Amino acid sequence: MNSLIPLFVILPLAAAFLTPLVSRFLGFFPKSISLLVYATLVILSILYFRGFGETTLLYKAGGWEPVNGVPIAIYLVLDGFSALMLLIINFIAFFCTLYSISYIKKFTAEPNFYVLLCLMVAGMNGVVLSGDLFNLYVFLEVASIASYALVAFGVEKEELEASFKYQVLGGIASLIILLGIGLVYWTTSTLNIDDVSQIIQGYSGNKIALFIQIMFIVGFGLKAAMVPFHAWLPDAHSSAPSPISSMLSGVLIKAGGVYVLIRLFFNMFSITYEIALTITTLGVLSMLIGGILAIGQWDYKRLLAYSSISQVGYISIGMGIGMMVLATNANRDIAALALFGGLFHMINHAVGKGLLFMTAGSVEYATGIRDLNKLGGLIKKMPITSSASFGGSMSISGLPPFSGFFSKLVIIIAAIQAHYYLVAFLAAGMSIVTLSYFLRLQKNLFTVKPKSEIEQVKEVPFAMSFSMVFLGVMCIALSLLIIPDLREAVITPAVNALFENSNYPVTILK
Amino acid sequence: MTIIVKTVTKIIVGVTFLYGIYIISHGHLTPGGGFAGGAIIAGAFILLVLAFGSDVLKLKAREEGSSTFESLAILGFLLLSIIGLFIGAKVFFYNYLPKGTVGELISAGVIPLYNIVVGIEVAAALITIFLALVIYKEEES
Amino acid sequence: MLVYLLCFALFLTGLYGVLAQRNIIKIVIGLSIMEFSLFLFMVLIGYVRLGDAPILVNGKEQTVFVDPLPQAMILTAIVIGLATNAMLLAIAIRIFRKYGTFDVRKINHLKG
Repeated sequence: MNSLIPLFVILPLAAAFLTPLVSRFLGFFPKSISLLVYATLVILSILYFRGFGETTLLYKAGGWEPVNGVPIAIYLVLDGFSALMLLIINFIAFFCTLYSISYIKKFTAEPNFYVLLCLMVAGMNGVVLSGDLFNLYVFLEVASIASYALVAFGVEKEELEASFKYQVLGGIASLIILLGIGLVYWTTSTLNIDDVSQIIQGYSGNKIALFIQIMFIVGFGLKAAMVPFHAWLPDAHSSAPSPISSMLSGVLIKAGGVYVLIRLFFNMFSITYEIALTITTLGVLSMLIGGILAIGQWDYKRLLAYSSISQVGYISIGMGIGMMVLATNANRDIAALALFGGLFHMINHAVGKGLLFMTAGSVEYATGIRDLNKLGGLIKKMPITSSASFGGSMSISGLPPFSGFFSKLVIIIAAIQAHYYLVAFLAAGMSIVTLSYFLRLQKNLFTVKPKSEIEQVKEVPFAMSFSMVFLGVMCIALSLLIIPDLREAVITPAVNALFENSNYPVTILK
Repeated sequence: MTIIVKTVTKIIVGVTFLYGIYIISHGHLTPGGGFAGGAIIAGAFILLVLAFGSDVLKLKAREEGSSTFESLAILGFLLLSIIGLFIGAKVFFYNYLPKGTVGELISAGVIPLYNIVVGIEVAAALITIFLALVIYKEEES
Repeated sequence: MLVYLLCFALFLTGLYGVLAQRNIIKIVIGLSIMEFSLFLFMVLIGYVRLGDAPILVNGKEQTVFVDPLPQAMILTAIVIGLATNAMLLAIAIRIFRKYGTFDVRKINHLKG
């Protein structure tokens, strides 16, 4: 299994660069090779869970062994947390490609779409797998530049403007991350993540470590759209084509933003109380501001984009409470519970928000309208879309028996057990606000009396409806992850890999 | 462009192209390597298009050619690295050709081949970007 | 110490370009200047006193070289900066075709 790790990066790259050559002769080539590649990667990551559960697999590119105990190769590290993220990324990418078989027919330059999507998935796989800081930066840039091009794919006025704003802010974020990496190199003269983690323990009271941590929070917080760095997200996610919106909102802000924050702050830096308090405060602010701003939206995709900001706040609260409990040396089980809630919510939000953006695309494909004031009464003519949208909305609002209920419940229970009653109260309150705007969405879309312009709508083609139905079923099926057996197999390896941050050096430096 | 620019361009383009090939092929001995040499070769081509004007139909054929070159070069890069999986230590990116003495032109294993492939790729990519922008401007006006 | 302050001054110049200029092309150039100031800063990090360029030449015997790892990082970062600039300029050209102006205060169709 060790030598199969680079396949996660090589296969999408090879598919991306074969497509412009072959697609001139075979029209169906881009779609079939992308689907094949993503299915293979999903099966590979499930194989890791079945076979290896708790061990960390390591791959040194070029076969360069450590010299005098100093690691000098490029490391690709696959542990429980990386495998969970790989499963989410490739699974959602598979269904987005399946969905876009029918959706992209309305745009020109169809093979370029699949090329850019493969490049973005290759970049995200690389971010999740990389074992040292500079490789992480390079793969993050590959994924970001592919996403800038994808947001501007249908070249209308609004998409170009949204892509320009996204690019300038994303470029500044990358610069701040590069500055942070340069300062880490200045302090510790190495770039390998666990080598840095051993050396930077000695600097933990110093001002330079605090400055580096703040730089990383600003840089990756911009990529993850936390408040106050959220200004690009409503424009970019509402103007992109719908399968790209579900990929961006479901996967990219997590693989490029929240994943790196969790990995660096649990496995590399030593946890201090002030940084944990900062992250929890930013999470609570995102949750509140994202939810309150979503109430006044009348555009379908803009409402979903503001809701994404709010849900990323929930994930940050889970991570922040885990860090605060570890920093004050209280019961470690509470920290494990909080982190479990955060990771479970990451899975639920990826599936649920991906599904909701797909339904938004279906409504736009069938009727051509996105304004909620003008739509109505679609429940009789588009039954599959309306039931899928209902399932996705209830999952994100947190209603039983959908999976979002369990993840939000775990986060609130962890907050109460750690005696942070204000955070728990705000989380529960925002859940009610989320339910309110999603119910208004359902009412305006599906149950209000139909207006006159949309008499002749039909249900969407088979490829789109199959993806929506499958993701809708996954929304309910994922609530089975709360059962202890399934939980031990899937999410507990991730939590353990993050907590045992003394596990890393033992496997690398031998 | 005036006749002075055209005459100087005719002389300079060949020298620049040769200089780019020199930087690429001596990448393991002197500073430079794939990316810098590729940028120089692309600069030679851009100078040619700027001095002699742009005829859109000819440029469109060129853009398809350079785009194909770029994809082929990256697939060549992947092929070179995958061969390392079958020979030697069975890892990706392994250096499997014999490494000679330090300072010779043919030494350091497979690194000069990587330099050549990366140089072709970078030159083709920069030429494709430039031609795409020029074609967009000429078509719309 | 003075050299690092000059790098920071260059960074602030680029930041002024991104924040306060109205023309889209000047915003792109400001972002580019910010990137270059970071590259300078990172090359300066690897300086060793009385070190030489890290190239092995057959004639000279030199044992103190400057640190080559930041230089390799900067090569990669320059390529990434090139890709970012190319992407930004392509979008800027298309914006000019659709909106008819380069003024950033008039390109605000998305609100709310």
